[in-house]
Amino acid sequence: MIFLTLFGEFFKIGLFALGGGLVTVPFLFDLSAAYPWFTSAELVDMIAVSESSPGPVGVNMATYAGFKAAGIAGAFTATLGLVFPSVVIIVIIAKLLDRYRETSFFQNLMYTIRPAVLALILNAGIELGRLSLLNLEAVAICAVFWGAIHFFKLHPIAYIIIGGILGLVLGL
Amino acid sequence: MSVLWSLFATFFKIGLFTFGGGYAMIPLLQAELVEKKKWVSDEEIMDYYSIGQCTPGIIAVNVATFIGYKMKNVSGAVVATAGIVMPSFLIIIGLANILALYMENRYVAHAFAGIRIVVIALIFDVILSMRKKGIGSLLQGTIFILSMLGLLWLGASPVTVVAAAAFIGLMVRG
Repeated sequence: MIFLTLFGEFFKIGLFALGGGLVTVPFLFDLSAAYPWFTSAELVDMIAVSESSPGPVGVNMATYAGFKAAGIAGAFTATLGLVFPSVVIIVIIAKLLDRYRETSFFQNLMYTIRPAVLALILNAGIELGRLSLLNLEAVAICAVFWGAIHFFKLHPIAYIIIGGILGLVLGL
Repeated sequence: MSVLWSLFATFFKIGLFTFGGGYAMIPLLQAELVEKKKWVSDEEIMDYYSIGQCTPGIIAVNVATFIGYKMKNVSGAVVATAGIVMPSFLIIIGLANILALYMENRYVAHAFAGIRIVVIALIFDVILSMRKKGIGSLLQGTIFILSMLGLLWLGASPVTVVAAAAFIGLMVRG
């Protein structure tokens, strides 16, 4: 039964794709070889589309693969399978966190982990920069936006919309 | 407005405007959840990312589940997760049959080129606004620099970086 298979396969990806997002890609290539749901060429297209549409890449992939396999119900089943394991695991961790959050052990641990998280955030920015800041024009626009964001403090969504319009106007 | 509805609506909005993966969501979380709604602190967001990075599943979803649970237990976790997933679910279903057209459309390409540049600037600004909460001492500054070196020059995975920072914490302060 296709829905059970879809749920099971995406459940496995949700359980084993540590770090999410593009980590799901190798798993999806395995799926494209094992099932007639979608081809590896379609998968490559999908990765490209995920860069030009909102939302977590892993969710986009599951929705697309499920839709190709069995329509809207398939998309729902695959997405549910993908997020189910992590919701269960995070709820369990969140329960533990409620109990231990105020302990000095946890606070000490987080004190040294937080700078590493800032490094991960900066690294994510650098990685996106390597893909998108390919010429002086792009770097200059990024610098102007950074200054505007820092001094005018508009909502990020406002800057995202301005960025999209600017991209259209300048033909970036 | 009930908490559950507010959770769903807020995460739906965040999911709709998150371009470029889990970390690109942080500026939106900060604006909506830390500054506007005051549901969580910058520190909590950092903590959720560190745990969400090292547990299975998609980071953006993991962080939404965490915040939903904090606000309204298991039902909050489910509703926040549904909210963050719903926009991509609807958009991908809408695009699935016109993928080629969508990708070849040059207006789409131009708009997203602009959006990606803004997202990078937003991420860099997050570092500035969070720096006092994550890099407030010599120890934290050292861990930040070591983490950057590990990521950029050794190609260390994010999980390794978080684990190494935790190990240093246990050695130095445990």
